[in-house]
Amino acid sequence: MKTDIILAGVGGQGILSIAAVIGEAALEDGLYMKQSEVHGMSQRGGDVQSHLRISDRPVASDLIPSGSADIIISLEPMEALRYLPYLKKDGWIVTNSKSFENIPNYPEKSKIMEEYDKLPNKIVLDVEQIAKDLGAPRSSNVVLLGAASPFTGIGFDKLENGIRSIFGKKGENVVEMNLKALRAGAGKR
Amino acid sequence: MNKQLFLGDEAIAQAAIDAGLSGVYSYPGTPSTEITEYIQNAVNTVETLRTASLHAVWCSNEKTALETALGMSYAGKRTLSCMKHVGLNVAADAFMNIAMTGINGGMIIVTADDPSMHSSQNEQDNRVYGNFAMIPVFEPSNQQEAYDMVYEGYDLSEKLGYPVLLRITTRMAHSRAGVVTRDRKPQNPVRVEKDAGLKYILLPANARNRFKILIEKQKEFLEASENSKYNRLYTPSIPPEGGVGIIACGLAFNYLQENFPNGFEHPVLKISQYPIPRKQLLQLVEACDEILVLEDGYPVVEEQLKGYLGIGLKVHGRLDGTLQRDGELTPDKVRKALGLEVVSPYNVPEIVAARPPALCAGCGHRDVYEALNEVIKEYENAKVFSDIGCYTLGALPPFRAIDSCIDMGASITMARGAADAGIFPSLAVIGDSTFTHSGMTGLLDCVNSNANVLIIISDNETTGMTGGQDSAATGRIHAICKGIGVHPDHLKEIVPLKKNFEEMKKLIREEIEYPGVSVIVPCRECIQTHARKARTKNKQK
Repeated sequence: MKTDIILAGVGGQGILSIAAVIGEAALEDGLYMKQSEVHGMSQRGGDVQSHLRISDRPVASDLIPSGSADIIISLEPMEALRYLPYLKKDGWIVTNSKSFENIPNYPEKSKIMEEYDKLPNKIVLDVEQIAKDLGAPRSSNVVLLGAASPFTGIGFDKLENGIRSIFGKKGENVVEMNLKALRAGAGKR
Repeated sequence: MNKQLFLGDEAIAQAAIDAGLSGVYSYPGTPSTEITEYIQNAVNTVETLRTASLHAVWCSNEKTALETALGMSYAGKRTLSCMKHVGLNVAADAFMNIAMTGINGGMIIVTADDPSMHSSQNEQDNRVYGNFAMIPVFEPSNQQEAYDMVYEGYDLSEKLGYPVLLRITTRMAHSRAGVVTRDRKPQNPVRVEKDAGLKYILLPANARNRFKILIEKQKEFLEASENSKYNRLYTPSIPPEGGVGIIACGLAFNYLQENFPNGFEHPVLKISQYPIPRKQLLQLVEACDEILVLEDGYPVVEEQLKGYLGIGLKVHGRLDGTLQRDGELTPDKVRKALGLEVVSPYNVPEIVAARPPALCAGCGHRDVYEALNEVIKEYENAKVFSDIGCYTLGALPPFRAIDSCIDMGASITMARGAADAGIFPSLAVIGDSTFTHSGMTGLLDCVNSNANVLIIISDNETTGMTGGQDSAATGRIHAICKGIGVHPDHLKEIVPLKKNFEEMKKLIREEIEYPGVSVIVPCRECIQTHARKARTKNKQK
């Protein structure tokens, strides 16, 4: 088993929390992993990405080679496209549909969707709306993780445990909220 | 077996704690910051560490940090000093001379290099410094090695009597993997060397002696390298006749492995400890006609093998274009260097726009630049010299407010030089932490020569860019400037808020017109640290 995941978004959107949950779940599953992330300057409203590699054999490179990512999980639709060269031919994109426009030359929404039309495997979801409807507006990133969960190669129950362990410090309410968000994203109740 | 998910930085921090660390002294700098932060956090949360008086502190700059670490080592205790690559330039005076004296308690110096310049001004490779100072260097290829090198590195440092330089890169610092930790050792007792004699007194006559000792020590350092478990020669089961041998340093070894998932087809020498292990290198060279060197950073090993004239051994790498000369290594770059094809089924669509980092909404630096830009418009030849920090982002749209960013403190000194040359108005914009790191001496120079400069110390009461570490003189910037000799009539403070916009413009204009040293301190706490404090307070309620 081997899953290579690119996580993408804009600094501050919460991609590292997604990475932390998957990482925790992978560790519990006895899997090897490496996860490379971005700190420092790029955090401030700039594009951010994380390479997450999970395998039942030791992982060599901290970075994913071109053309070999199984999924791109993105909290922003244009940001997902930035990492397309990493995606393998039959790989999946799971992205938030809502744009984050903090630059003057942000492309037209329709142009972005045209690019998605060209891709064979994608899930485009308004995770912010779903999170709001659940009464968990801060858990949109976990909704997205839920949507991507079938492609991670990690059992859903392990991801749930990952949520419990990562958000446990913040109290039972936060854990429940995020479990709800994860299930909603996965289309489960 | 205790396996935990650690960033490279965290693995180093935990290893130092487990090896019986007594003090870490650092200055924040991406990608090294998390090491010291981790230890600080551990001291605050782990009862046995809190009571063990483990010192974990931010210092004014890397030089004061490293010298403090030397003092702790002098007393016999184990110590750590962490910095980003350019930080070692600041600490270089101490660094080069600690290699002359040697140490007592184990000392590890961490340099976190930043190839590809993710958040730095250059991509200098500090293995060069290790070579320059003639001390052993570790370069881990994974997080577990980083842990082990630090855990055991203290023993090595004490055995050899010299500091060890641990060189990591951004990728190692900020990548997470499972790490097995070991039992925590007790701290060393205070144990000053009774026979230290002149060891720490680098007067010329003694320094000459110390240098001879350092030269003599090289044999031991090489021996340590040749016997190191981190250096290893891999020979394929069917040895090829001649052909290409590969040297892979640090992280490059992983990228090589990535491209040979079923085992290497070439003889491979993995190097993670320096000086370069001569014995294994000779074995590799004897078995191969050509050598490919894979290293992240400068062609340090490649240059040593190739020699200046490049006659003799055929060496490929960054110098002959087999690998790109600049930038971080990647599995793709290594793949190309191996002559294998890199395939991407999809390209980046043209519509994808760059998204550079920006100052946070509501940040005080924004208010400073908005006012400054308004006033500057009135002066055709104005130049604004700036510095290292969040406010460097003032170079980007919409502000485009600054003309320089060189090194810590260079804003003030450049402004003075430019003013001497006739630039008017000549301004500096520097943050509070950068000011206390390396700006104060420049300000003294300005005062001593009554330079016609306006210095804006944009004070957000933290070290913002690295994530909000303590700033050395929070609440005391005004007093420091006054003490250095800035005239009180031209030392102004203001809160950078929209409501003070006109007032700030007026201040800037007035102080530009004053023919001498003026300092304006716009002071408002970083909105990120402010928000974090509010969250912590709420939690405690």
